[in-house]
Amino acid sequence: MNIERFGAILSKEFIHIFRDPRSVFIIFILPILMMFLFGYAIDLNMKEVRIAVSDQCSTSLSRELVSRLQSSGYFKVTRYFEDPARSDDMLLGRKAQAVVIIPRDFEERFTVEGDASVGVVIDGSNANTASLIQGYIKGFFGGLSMRGQKVPLEIRPVMLYNRDMKSSNFIVPGLVALIMMMLGALLTSVTIAREKETGTMEQILVSPIRPIEIVAGKVVPYLVLAVAIAGLIIAIGHFWFGVPVEGSLAELALLSILFLLTALSVGLLISSVVDSQQVAMMLSLFATLLPSTMLSGFIFPLASMPLPLRLIARVVPATHYLVIIRGIMLKGNTMGQLWREIAALSVIALVFLLAATKRFSLKLSSGK
Amino acid sequence: MSSMIEVKGLEKSFANNKALASVSLDVEEGEMFALLGPDGAGKTTLMRIVCTLLDADRGDASLGGFSVSGEPEKIREIVGYMPQRFSLYGDLTVRENLDFFARLLGVPRRKREERMKELLEFSRLGGFVSRRAEALSGGMKQKLALSCVLIHQPKVLVLDEPTTGVDPVSRREFWRMLEELKSKGTTILVSTPYMNEAERCDRAAMMYAGRILFNGTTDEVRSAFEGEILEVKSGELKRLAARIKEVVPTRFVQILGDRIRVVLPAKYAHIEKDISALLLTEGVGTDGIEKAAPGIEDTFIALMEGRDE
Repeated sequence: MNIERFGAILSKEFIHIFRDPRSVFIIFILPILMMFLFGYAIDLNMKEVRIAVSDQCSTSLSRELVSRLQSSGYFKVTRYFEDPARSDDMLLGRKAQAVVIIPRDFEERFTVEGDASVGVVIDGSNANTASLIQGYIKGFFGGLSMRGQKVPLEIRPVMLYNRDMKSSNFIVPGLVALIMMMLGALLTSVTIAREKETGTMEQILVSPIRPIEIVAGKVVPYLVLAVAIAGLIIAIGHFWFGVPVEGSLAELALLSILFLLTALSVGLLISSVVDSQQVAMMLSLFATLLPSTMLSGFIFPLASMPLPLRLIARVVPATHYLVIIRGIMLKGNTMGQLWREIAALSVIALVFLLAATKRFSLKLSSGK
Repeated sequence: MSSMIEVKGLEKSFANNKALASVSLDVEEGEMFALLGPDGAGKTTLMRIVCTLLDADRGDASLGGFSVSGEPEKIREIVGYMPQRFSLYGDLTVRENLDFFARLLGVPRRKREERMKELLEFSRLGGFVSRRAEALSGGMKQKLALSCVLIHQPKVLVLDEPTTGVDPVSRREFWRMLEELKSKGTTILVSTPYMNEAERCDRAAMMYAGRILFNGTTDEVRSAFEGEILEVKSGELKRLAARIKEVVPTRFVQILGDRIRVVLPAKYAHIEKDISALLLTEGVGTDGIEKAAPGIEDTFIALMEGRDE
């Protein structure tokens, strides 16, 4: 590698970045915007679960139960009626997310036999909210005691690492991964596609330049920028959304660079098959957003996916990085405990980078 | 004299479109060689292959004694290539562009300043060093592009339609620069759609539909014309031209300043009598008609006619 030629590409690239207000916007403002938008929009906390109550018993005890539900802070009773057959309408019409059915013999069994039962129907169309609601309901009834009598059912789900079920702890690390992946691939693919589109690639290829010099000259500036952005959004996550950083920040930074390398090489690979900035942009978004949100364990747990999807998820860099960043930020993992993910990510980074450099052609691809 | 660029039996197709069909060519050291022909003739493809940007399907080419297939990296060191489209960085200033290409093309650090100064003087862009390339005029852009590919003092220059879309004054200045480079021994291969520009070159090749129609010194090109060229002087050019077009295909009749120029390729030469007769009835005597010497464009038109048979 010739340092002079590498340096020529490198310094020219920095001039491009800082002279173009649009690129400054995309690089710095967009991630911050995304962070706040997603940070607030993807809120998995449930403030008030809308509950309908079908009260067939209609006694002072059943009404006490309803008022206890209401005052628990987790639920909001939106409908109160008698006929249990209307439960379906409540859920279908989105009037409630769950229906609590108090049977006719509720008070009788409670006072006489001491094991009254209550039926609960939950809208399961959104698995995430459903399981949350289920948790709330169990928690509510588990801790319920009325007229000095406990309800015999005792379930206490224990949440590790995210004890208070704060979804920002769960979401923010995922967002960091998503933004870094997307931005890394987008920036590199577009910068090379631009040179092809404007014809400058044709001009610089007629020189003694080697593929590694162009690739490195293009990757290093964006790596530096992406590291700065990663630091910025992790800082926002920590100071604004209150996500802890239990582990070592230095280790997190090092592994983030590794992850960014995979993102940048995805961008390089994309740029080797496209000739225009538009296509490069579309392809980068498609190739990073979808796998990084759907197949990485960002929102949907991988364990519940069918085997073929789980296998695909293994080669999505974000899958491994998510384990790493969540591990370091939330659990205080050390690199030694994360060696499997680090190894996987290193292999992916190496394969992608080699493929990208190899695919980078010093010839024109078409007669245009 | 030895060959600086040698092209033998080059063929190249894109999808189903044959861009080059068996093209052979020689450009000698120190020569200024013009590639002529309309858009789509294959000029750009030929130049890209010579500069190692494209691989040929068949045939071989060499530049400076290095084969395009064997030692492309050697060729890329000694050639200066200017693509047809303006291909510098618009957001970089004149100086930044020159500096970028100096580093890219391996000009040693201590020589850079000196080379830049020489080139800024040569291109008369000295007053614009801090201006962004995108803000230059068309002519200045081309001069800057030329300066950038000259920075490493290449032995061979390959210029793809450098004067297309450039105003006539800048075009003349650009050719003056090329002539100066040639006088210092640089071999130049230049393509152009303007036939009159080829008159400044030592030799020219005419390309059409991926083939070379004719190849020789500019004098040879001119004298390859077979047929007659008439020039008619008159006060009523437009009306007369319309009359002439009644007996001659329109594409051969042109109004040039104060005269009508009628190019008659060999197989149309017999029409000459008809034109004389027609002009006589219009009151133009034989002394109003002059035979003119062929230019390069006339040869091209005649060759195209012969080809369409």
